Amino acid sequence: MRPDRTWGALRSPVTFSVLAGVLIGALFLVGTGADPVTAYRAILTGSLGADGIGSTLSTGTSVLGLALALAIPLRAGLINLGGDGQMVLGGITAAVIGLYTPLPAPLTVTLALLGGMAAGALYAALAALCENHFGVPLLVSSLLLSYPAVSLASYLARYPLKEPGSSLPQTRAMPAGVALPAFGDSTVTVGLVLVVLAAAAYWFTDRRTAIGYEIRMTGLNARFAAYAGVERRGLTLKLMSVSGALAGLVGAIGVLSFPYRFVDGSLTAPGYTWTGLTAALLATAAPIGTVVASFFFAVLQVGGLAMERTTQVPRELTQVLQAIVIVFLAARLRLPGIPGFLSRRRTSEETV
Amino acid sequence: MFFDSDLLMSALRALTPILLAALGGALCERAGVFNIGLEGMMLMGCFTSVTTSWFTGSAWLGVLAAALAAAAYSLILAVGAVTLGGDAVVLGVAMNLLAVGLTGFLLRTVFGVQGTFDDPSLAGLPLVGGLTPLTYLSWAAVAVAAVMLSRHVWGLRLRGVGEAPDAAATLGVSPVRYKYGAILVSGVLCGLAGAQLALGNVTLFTENMTAGRGWIAVVAVMLGRAAPVGVLLAALLFGIAEAAGFRLQGLGLPQQATDAAPYVVTLGALFLTTARRRRRTPSPSGAAS
Repeated sequence: MRPDRTWGALRSPVTFSVLAGVLIGALFLVGTGADPVTAYRAILTGSLGADGIGSTLSTGTSVLGLALALAIPLRAGLINLGGDGQMVLGGITAAVIGLYTPLPAPLTVTLALLGGMAAGALYAALAALCENHFGVPLLVSSLLLSYPAVSLASYLARYPLKEPGSSLPQTRAMPAGVALPAFGDSTVTVGLVLVVLAAAAYWFTDRRTAIGYEIRMTGLNARFAAYAGVERRGLTLKLMSVSGALAGLVGAIGVLSFPYRFVDGSLTAPGYTWTGLTAALLATAAPIGTVVASFFFAVLQVGGLAMERTTQVPRELTQVLQAIVIVFLAARLRLPGIPGFLSRRRTSEETV
Repeated sequence: MFFDSDLLMSALRALTPILLAALGGALCERAGVFNIGLEGMMLMGCFTSVTTSWFTGSAWLGVLAAALAAAAYSLILAVGAVTLGGDAVVLGVAMNLLAVGLTGFLLRTVFGVQGTFDDPSLAGLPLVGGLTPLTYLSWAAVAVAAVMLSRHVWGLRLRGVGEAPDAAATLGVSPVRYKYGAILVSGVLCGLAGAQLALGNVTLFTENMTAGRGWIAVVAVMLGRAAPVGVLLAALLFGIAEAAGFRLQGLGLPQQATDAAPYVVTLGALFLTTARRRRRTPSPSGAAS
């Protein structure tokens, strides 16, 4: 890399935001009496070391899946905040299919994955219809729809589908063989491969196809794109369906991996939807950036647990770090005195 | 009897935090700032009020601290969106996330507990006629906001800043100053909303205890078309839905059904009103942005 390009990368808003997050995080650590170097080292060794890498990759599967789910509509300027609902419906659908389909195990697994994707896609399409036909902004309709879906899945797991005799709010375990193959003894499953394939498909669509170009144009300037013949309602419906299908896929993967059942709250409690959104925002929805950012946040999330074990600093610190990075990025803060800052500011005001 | 004075009282209690936050959101909306950080500001208010009340033994100092802390927190939106021209939606989402992380982190560092801080010696707000003084304050705030926006020169200038910032600037009204003012006032109101939630409706702090109420407030701003009385009616709808949900739970309906009720009712109301508006006006401009 040439020196001026290195300097350019260092001055980019992303680098600045990440550095600012790390610095402010260090202040928090000093404030609680911990040594920042020890804590940050614990995050890295705990998530990337031999003991943590499996956990990072399986967390990364969910984070990347939801980051893609949110990035794809975000590329066109649409924000889907209903990831929780779409993911949970995908999960509970996959659980029902997995438990009650009398087919050979591999077919059942395939059917459960497809069913989960279909459930997520249909529910996300509902939010798109709310915007298209009732004028309820997508941001709000997708988020509000999420709560009843989470409640419904919770009800199903606690009453009709509950494992008999268990005190936990969970369904029965999947029948033998109805599971995604795992790599060795790890918790990493073929689900990771599926999500990475989805990322590759997104990259290809974004870079090489006409629809990918239309999506990017709509994100950059919706009115110009409409003038150029992009049909917005149809695009919203399509993008939301794909988005919901991915969120549903994450739910299905969650059910078809350890502990091979739907456990109420296990999909929503880790906050994959918000982490995924943060990653997509950090990368401004660009395909490769989304993958990198998802991995970064998976490292933070898993490393946070290791940090808590070794330094007694609460793992919530890593959530604070994530949010600080986005706050800085959203304000488009850059090192002062850089040409282009003012013009960037003006265009962003116009699009807000 | 299903509809009785108990139901009304619990509806009024549920209404108060939403109303306070939504009024703040409405002022921002009028000043041309889309504020979806209400949830996070409210959560900061919840935590600060509980912490201050516990350390000082005074719920009133808790309320004051909540208002100040949430106003300070709202500066993130003011500086980010108004001064630096950042994206208000992204900032709002980030503020909501930051508040969840920050209050969770502080809960563990200050009190050393995870999940919920609940102490019998924690001072809650006094009740006047079964309601906290903040409830009465919220009604007064509706009246003040309504009069200000329709009669007072500040309110008219605020609306001018929101509707035609360039024209307002030409007349010597500083859009930046009015936008900062609206955001700071929304911070104060969200802080009060948080204090009502944590020291009025209950007397404890739980992680993420706002549980989507800030988002309901954002919807109330849309439903009420950012007018104080409209916002009051929209928030009342939510209050009734939440109170009716609790009542139905008492009658044996599963908790999951009643948890979802307020969101479903709000969404339904949003459909009905936007569909009606849409028939009247040929080209709606996306409700609230």
